[in-house]
Amino acid sequence: MTITVYVPRDSAALAVGADRVARAIEQQASARKLDVKIVRNGSRGLFWLEPMVEVQTPEGRVAYGPVTPADVPSLLDTGLYNGGAHPLYLGLTEEIPYLKNQERLTFARMGITDPLSIADYEAHEGYAGLRAALQMAPDAVVQAVLDSGLRGRGGAAFPAGIKWKTVAGTSATQKYIVCNADEGDSGTFSDRMTMEGDPFMLIEGMTIAGIATGATRGYIYVRSEYPHAIAALNAAIANAEAAGYLGADVLGSGRAFWLEVRKGAGSYVCGEETALLESIEGKRGIVRAKPPLPAITGLFGKPTLINNVITLASVPIILARGATFYRDYGVGRSRGTLPLQLAGNIKRGGLVEKAFGVTLRELLYDFGGGSASGRPIKAVQMGGPLGAYLPESQWDTPLDYEAYAAMGGTLGHGGMVVHDDTADLSKLARYAMEFCAIESCGKCTPCRIGSTRGVEVIDKIRANQNRPQQVILLRDLCDTMVNGSLCAMGGMTPFPVLSALNHFPDDFGIAPPDRQAA
Amino acid sequence: MTELAERPRAQDPQAAIAAILQRRAQEPGALLPILHDIQDTLGHVPADAVTAIADAVNLSRAEVHGVITYYHHFRSEPAARHVVHICRAEACQSMGADALVEHAQNHLGCALHGRSKNGEFTLEPAYCLGLCASSPAMMIDDELHARVTPRAFDALIAQAGGAQ
Repeated sequence: MTITVYVPRDSAALAVGADRVARAIEQQASARKLDVKIVRNGSRGLFWLEPMVEVQTPEGRVAYGPVTPADVPSLLDTGLYNGGAHPLYLGLTEEIPYLKNQERLTFARMGITDPLSIADYEAHEGYAGLRAALQMAPDAVVQAVLDSGLRGRGGAAFPAGIKWKTVAGTSATQKYIVCNADEGDSGTFSDRMTMEGDPFMLIEGMTIAGIATGATRGYIYVRSEYPHAIAALNAAIANAEAAGYLGADVLGSGRAFWLEVRKGAGSYVCGEETALLESIEGKRGIVRAKPPLPAITGLFGKPTLINNVITLASVPIILARGATFYRDYGVGRSRGTLPLQLAGNIKRGGLVEKAFGVTLRELLYDFGGGSASGRPIKAVQMGGPLGAYLPESQWDTPLDYEAYAAMGGTLGHGGMVVHDDTADLSKLARYAMEFCAIESCGKCTPCRIGSTRGVEVIDKIRANQNRPQQVILLRDLCDTMVNGSLCAMGGMTPFPVLSALNHFPDDFGIAPPDRQAA
Repeated sequence: MTELAERPRAQDPQAAIAAILQRRAQEPGALLPILHDIQDTLGHVPADAVTAIADAVNLSRAEVHGVITYYHHFRSEPAARHVVHICRAEACQSMGADALVEHAQNHLGCALHGRSKNGEFTLEPAYCLGLCASSPAMMIDDELHARVTPRAFDALIAQAGGAQ
């Protein structure tokens, strides 16, 4: 009987030796004359357990991890193939609480299938969304996305359906679907996991977008730091074309949709949608002024739907199961689920997909198990380098776009970077300004010059040179950047800076407001 | 000392560039794919290639130069035989990336963006490799490594091409 063993091919598994583990299993199995088939699946997203090896048993898949090549002989000795006991035994994968307590809609297939197998994808509800969309009028597809309440998962949280409607309603000889896969935020990896672990889901979402809006060409702009994602997408696109899911006649519908991967070149600001379009056009990634909106005048001057990876990847299930199914998850105006990413100094880091409404505290402790260092958690940066540092008093606010905006924060792309009590928030605030100075496209003055002045001012505060005046200056500078910058790069860099200053004044050498008053 | 450090060149650079331009120039927005192909083939985008590129895509030399220098990924000078990227972003900082960068600089004997004393390694910062739950992370050429301690760093460098 063939034993099916799963060894992830996700970058985070490769980075801790998954290839070596796969080779060891292959060698050991052949030495023992065992009939083992190794499937290189995506990652389940339990990164502290990677490389996590799974084996198919009659009861379901059983997991072991983290596995090193040295563990492989003993794993085979104790009967890996029938889910035998071993110090690394984790039980049935689906029963691991971290996974079991999630609401995986978008990440439903993640880690289960072979990412490049169309047959696997189809066997797990893949392409059901596209098949449904092809039976509907394009307007009805757009309406379904509107009704689902899906908002841009890249960080701006703009209602996706409105963009779709605008592109669909603009007539042109050529329209484009562009996927923003320039996932540069520290603490985020859900786009990368999607591209490496379930690329057909993104391809299907983009194809549905093309059918709904009348666009026949799509580009996926992937950052150059993601070589494995680029390779997986290119292979998946070729497989989808060969199977008739892409090309001149998608599934015999008479509708055309072609897809191409474009590689970025290490510019963070290209994650801003108009800078990204400039970059695809072969220019420097300089932000464009809006209007005109990309939906009307976008790539090569044509109407362009530009959405983040997770936004587009959420579309297949909305079409397959209906807008109401998706909308029934979530709270307030934040509908559906958000694939959250627990990162940084956290014991159990990984991907947690939950409906909106979960709290940071639940994520940090129930899922994350506290800090990796074992020290108290001091601050959490939510939403990437442009997100606020949240102190413990804010960890009980339900995750909701509006609630976070109200406290001067952002959910962004759902990445959470955890810092323990050794972190110096004035240093992190300085880094926020430094990063902005490195990555600013240079078009607008508040961002280009403000970021450099910001580094200097924070240096003076840290060195206690005219500290009280410099703090006033820093706040003034942040005000200019927030209100005067062209895009989120300069406009949101003050979020981490001011939140650090407001919630952790001790780190800047200033007394908290209540002590000052006393 | 550093002459040997360049990537082995499989073919004549001029011919390689001409072939890339021939293949790519008609694509919409061809410039970035062209620059990637040239850098992937030659290890960098030589300054003397700018004229040919500009002609092929009907841009001015200034525009092409502007694009090459705008993006961190493109280099106008050859890198060492191995390029080491260490992530400096927040998640990696929370797990000791600053100390790792400092250790790397001492071990290799160069600053960020510099070349190691033995000429074998170019050291570059990265701003997120997407391994934020397994920090600190780094990349040697195209190979990713997570949860890198200073000791693991030394071993990886030794394995890749020998340290000092």
